[in-house]
Amino acid sequence: MSEPIIRVSALNKTYEGGFQALKQIDLDIQRGEIFALLGPNGAGKTTLISVICGLVNATDGQVVVDGFDNQVDYREARSRIGLVPQELTNEAFETVWNTVNFSRGLFGKPPDPGHIERVLKSLTLWDKRNNRLITLSGGMKRRVLIAKALSHEPRILFLDEPTAGVDVGLRREMWDVVRQLRESGVTIILTTHYIEEAEEMADRIGVINNGEIVLVEDKAALMRKLGSKQLALHLHEPLDSVPPALAAYDLQLAANGSELIYTYDASRAGGAEGQESSTISALLADVEAAGLVFKDLHTRQSSLEDIFVDLVKER
Amino acid sequence: MNLYPVRAIYMAELSRTRRTLLQSIVSPVISTSLYFVVFGAAIGSRISEIDGISYGAFIVPGLIMLMLLTQSVSNASFGIFFPKFSGSVYELLSAPISYLEIVIGYVGAAATKSVVLGLIILATAGFFVPLEIAHPLWMMAFLVLTAITFSLLGFIIGIWADGFDKLQLVPLLVITPLTFLGGSFYSIDMLPPFWQGVTLFNPVLYLISGFRWSFYGVSDVSLAASVAMILLFLGVCLALISWIFRTGYRLKP
Repeated sequence: MSEPIIRVSALNKTYEGGFQALKQIDLDIQRGEIFALLGPNGAGKTTLISVICGLVNATDGQVVVDGFDNQVDYREARSRIGLVPQELTNEAFETVWNTVNFSRGLFGKPPDPGHIERVLKSLTLWDKRNNRLITLSGGMKRRVLIAKALSHEPRILFLDEPTAGVDVGLRREMWDVVRQLRESGVTIILTTHYIEEAEEMADRIGVINNGEIVLVEDKAALMRKLGSKQLALHLHEPLDSVPPALAAYDLQLAANGSELIYTYDASRAGGAEGQESSTISALLADVEAAGLVFKDLHTRQSSLEDIFVDLVKER
Repeated sequence: MNLYPVRAIYMAELSRTRRTLLQSIVSPVISTSLYFVVFGAAIGSRISEIDGISYGAFIVPGLIMLMLLTQSVSNASFGIFFPKFSGSVYELLSAPISYLEIVIGYVGAAATKSVVLGLIILATAGFFVPLEIAHPLWMMAFLVLTAITFSLLGFIIGIWADGFDKLQLVPLLVITPLTFLGGSFYSIDMLPPFWQGVTLFNPVLYLISGFRWSFYGVSDVSLAASVAMILLFLGVCLALISWIFRTGYRLKP
């Protein structure tokens, strides 16, 4: 594996009031990936991003961006990063064109109207280029923030809650934009409250809680490892209790006894050995043998949200 | 030094001035002109000459200095305060630019506006009173140095302020009284000896005195004292700004 594009080592942040927002964080972000950082409110997501981008001073520890220490070689490190903040912050009376060009200049790049035009077009902002920011909708303002972050052609893009307050249609458009960026080689780190967003887009997931990284895992592996599947049998007649003949399956009754639930490990379902498929076949045979009749059945796999809630609850 | 970010900040600040031309240029010019009309043309004609200079002409350097100090502080403080207030300061802090480049961008723009304004007011004064400038180079040097120094002070105030009220606090409660009491409208020779001594502790006296000397060759204190005071102010402001950026005071938690 190549060198990570961001390496965070033994990072701590304690605010003046004594609140420790980050505790001994170690984290590698791989080149070209979409990394989703999940965590409840106040977990430390924004503080971590802020330290990496230079907005907040770390108490101790080190952040290396593409081989450059973000304190010692701050010019090199920061020039590689684009940041889209959580809040819709911008100069209300400036035009879209001016504010995006300002960002490019601020990051030390010579004017390049062609690049700015491409960025604005990719974010469907080109028609609004002469509009003042105060006249734009919330979704448009968020796109402007993305355009500003992309104006200096960063290799790494931080998206802090990029689709907060954005309607479903626009959210999906933004996901497409993010995917296109990844395809062009940009590494993307996003924090989100929409687990669906992380599930849809991320290659890897990191979970932060109480200032500590709880886990970092490949999304698919995480869902295989920590996810579970349920088989629900909708019975013709409701039951008072699970028949003793089915005790070995550790079944649960739901919906006032009219549903029989079997929970199993998702990682074993459909596995090479087919352990779970044979167990399910045996269960169905035993259900029939016990004289139970079911009118329907369905399976459900736990979502990333379920996994996240379980992980945070455990700690 | 990378000049692109300096240029970006500088041009953005000047662009803000263009958007608010009435407030930035027209309003201070009109209010200073009113001083010329009232104190220069109306009341001034009944006041005897000071050091051989008509009263209307005598107050011109003081009035320009009054405007220069308040506008430099206001322009620079608002320039850095507004991004803090709106939250867009994140972009400044995450950009690959040095503190020096940030200061040059903001303070350079604020000082430019003040100097231009000062020259406009000087030209306006010519409509009301006969003007002479004995040492034009010294006049420009005082104008530029004072504009830079007080823009640096404004920058510090903009970082320190956590609300619009504090932004106005220093210009209204400190700079304006010091300027009025620093010899804008009179020579300190006109004060009783005790108050002459007290006035010597007012740093603005030295700025006005030096500036007036560049016009008429007369001053309350020596030219060397005026230059030394401006340089001292400049040094203190630079030291404070250096400390602010080193510690991240009110910028980086």
